Amino acid sequence: MNDRNREEIAQAEEEVDRINEIYDTDYEIGQDNVEKWGFDMHQTVFTNSAILIALFVIGSLSFPGVSKELLEATRNWIQQVFDWVFLSTGNLFVLFCLALIVLPVGKIRLGGEDAKPDFSTLSWFAMLFAAGMGIGLMFWSVAEPVGYFTEWFGAPLNTPGFTEDSRVAAMGATMYHWGLHPWAIYGVMALSLAFFAYNKGLPLTVRSTFYPLLGERVWGWLGDLIDTLAVLATLFGLATSLGLGAQQAASGLNFLFDVGSGLNTQIVIIAGVTSVAVISVVRGIEGGVKLLSNINMVLAALLLVFVIVAGSLTGFLSNVGETVSGYVKYMLPLSNPVGREDLTFYHSWTIFYWAWWISWSPFVGMFIARVSRGRTVREFLTAVLIVPTLVTVVWMSAFGGNGLDQAQNGVGELADGISDSSLALFQMLSHLPLTAITSFLSICLVLVFFITSSDSGSLVIDSITSGGKTDAPIPQRIFWATTEGVVAAVLLGVGGSAALQALQAGAVSTGLPFTLVLMAMCVSLARGLHHERKLMQYSDVIQGS
Amino acid sequence: MYSKIMVPVDLQHIEKIDKSLQCAAELAGIWDSVVCYVAVTGRVPNRVAPSPEKFEVEMNMFAHEQRDRFGIETEYKVVSSVDVPVELDDKILGAIDEIGADLVVMASHVPGVPDRLHLMSSNAAHIVRHADVSVFVVR
Repeated sequence: MNDRNREEIAQAEEEVDRINEIYDTDYEIGQDNVEKWGFDMHQTVFTNSAILIALFVIGSLSFPGVSKELLEATRNWIQQVFDWVFLSTGNLFVLFCLALIVLPVGKIRLGGEDAKPDFSTLSWFAMLFAAGMGIGLMFWSVAEPVGYFTEWFGAPLNTPGFTEDSRVAAMGATMYHWGLHPWAIYGVMALSLAFFAYNKGLPLTVRSTFYPLLGERVWGWLGDLIDTLAVLATLFGLATSLGLGAQQAASGLNFLFDVGSGLNTQIVIIAGVTSVAVISVVRGIEGGVKLLSNINMVLAALLLVFVIVAGSLTGFLSNVGETVSGYVKYMLPLSNPVGREDLTFYHSWTIFYWAWWISWSPFVGMFIARVSRGRTVREFLTAVLIVPTLVTVVWMSAFGGNGLDQAQNGVGELADGISDSSLALFQMLSHLPLTAITSFLSICLVLVFFITSSDSGSLVIDSITSGGKTDAPIPQRIFWATTEGVVAAVLLGVGGSAALQALQAGAVSTGLPFTLVLMAMCVSLARGLHHERKLMQYSDVIQGS
Repeated sequence: MYSKIMVPVDLQHIEKIDKSLQCAAELAGIWDSVVCYVAVTGRVPNRVAPSPEKFEVEMNMFAHEQRDRFGIETEYKVVSSVDVPVELDDKILGAIDEIGADLVVMASHVPGVPDRLHLMSSNAAHIVRHADVSVFVVR
């Protein structure tokens, strides 16, 4: 070995030490935890979250009118004043993720070079959908494009309804809301969490992703604040969507079986979903959420194939063309935050969705991170960004396309526009054969998606409130799964949908702080990946000797 | 009488299982048996180690420490799990066969109200009920 080589190796070793020192923390996972009543909880995050949840629930029940007004005004203010922030950062996240796919850092493997994936690709993929988007795809795949086409509540870029142009715009806008952008938001959060946990050994909790920026301060009050906010966004997001979803599911059941869609049916649905979710969290990831996600994937595929074949195969193919061309054509104009004139559509749909996806991102991101060890960055982002977008193209073309065909040809209720968005799917199915079977299948899908959301959400909250531990005692996850159901039922039973909408507005409002969190996360992640890549290069130099 | 004694360990709560470690070592002394420490670890960082690979290193060290402490022959096994609290019992049962243990010595708490109500039983109770080999529960 000559002197030059020796010098190079010494330099590489020095650099490796320097980089490793950046992530060298004295913090012990669980050091701020207390073990009491069979729980193992992070003192500050658990206590503050529990108190704030109780306060919010009591507040919105005691003063339903005021709290609804206040929280909705906050949400509207955020959506109107910071609309450009949401839209621009959304675009940024897509570009960031696409860049990571093609850049050399894409080769980095989560968990180190020798890590093996814990789940098969198909199950992994089923779980990605089951956590964050399944229910939405069921409810909105028909209602949203038909809504735009019939000018129910604003139209993308003010495209006049009931025209060929508006069909393309409707499919393009729907894809824009359900395609690359939301998944990029989830992708940034999920990849950051996974990378800093699996490659840097930091606890699996939101604050850890700021370690390269804030250093030891992440273990202090700032980290507590970020984690508590993540818990509140997740719990209120889940509880309100469970409550509002129970109303939708009840109207679906009533439409099918005439069981009444009143409060009793809704409470029964919440109780049923929560009970199964509790059984599922107790059975763990493998026997619970993975199993249910796989079942749902099969059911969803069956329904999809049926809708394609029963609608019209050629019609479906032309709808796919329309969806893709609409997505490509409208992606840039819809991503533009400047000089928008379609304000109803822009604020009520796009910005609402963006705030929603972002407030939902700690939950979905954390769950995706939990099941993604052993994947490379490239594999991970391709699966989180590109594959779901392609699946959504097919799903929207089948369901939305059929809905649009019916609306355009004057078939059934959809031709008169959207009366009740939660019924649009069933109205579309009712003009295809075997309605009873397919509608029943849809209701089952919706309910199982609720269960998987509640289940994976409880695992996530459990992990954040125990300081990043995933092996906290089982009663703790039962506690969170039950809390979601109880919050949903109490709000619905005592305060009605007004209380739920108030709290949902609160949950969506957390989208703003989390937008800042996500932006900082991009910087932090870019830094972390850059360091990791350097480490790989230096280790080649050292081993090459 | 017993050639291999398995001791399930939780390195995060090592202070709680010292009695079972001592007990296993004493028994190993009587029959000249090998003691195999088994730990089930998750995929995400925990207090003991930032990765499953480093956890393996910690277990190796632990087994050596116990060997030196008691003067017995020791081994270790790390079982990986995606969801530790749920899969713990079954992973331990699986490990009994895998390492060929003929006696399990494990720590357990004194049964409280939840155990009596059959709400949550201890890990040891599950192992006693389902293992084919003898189980020595240390309280």
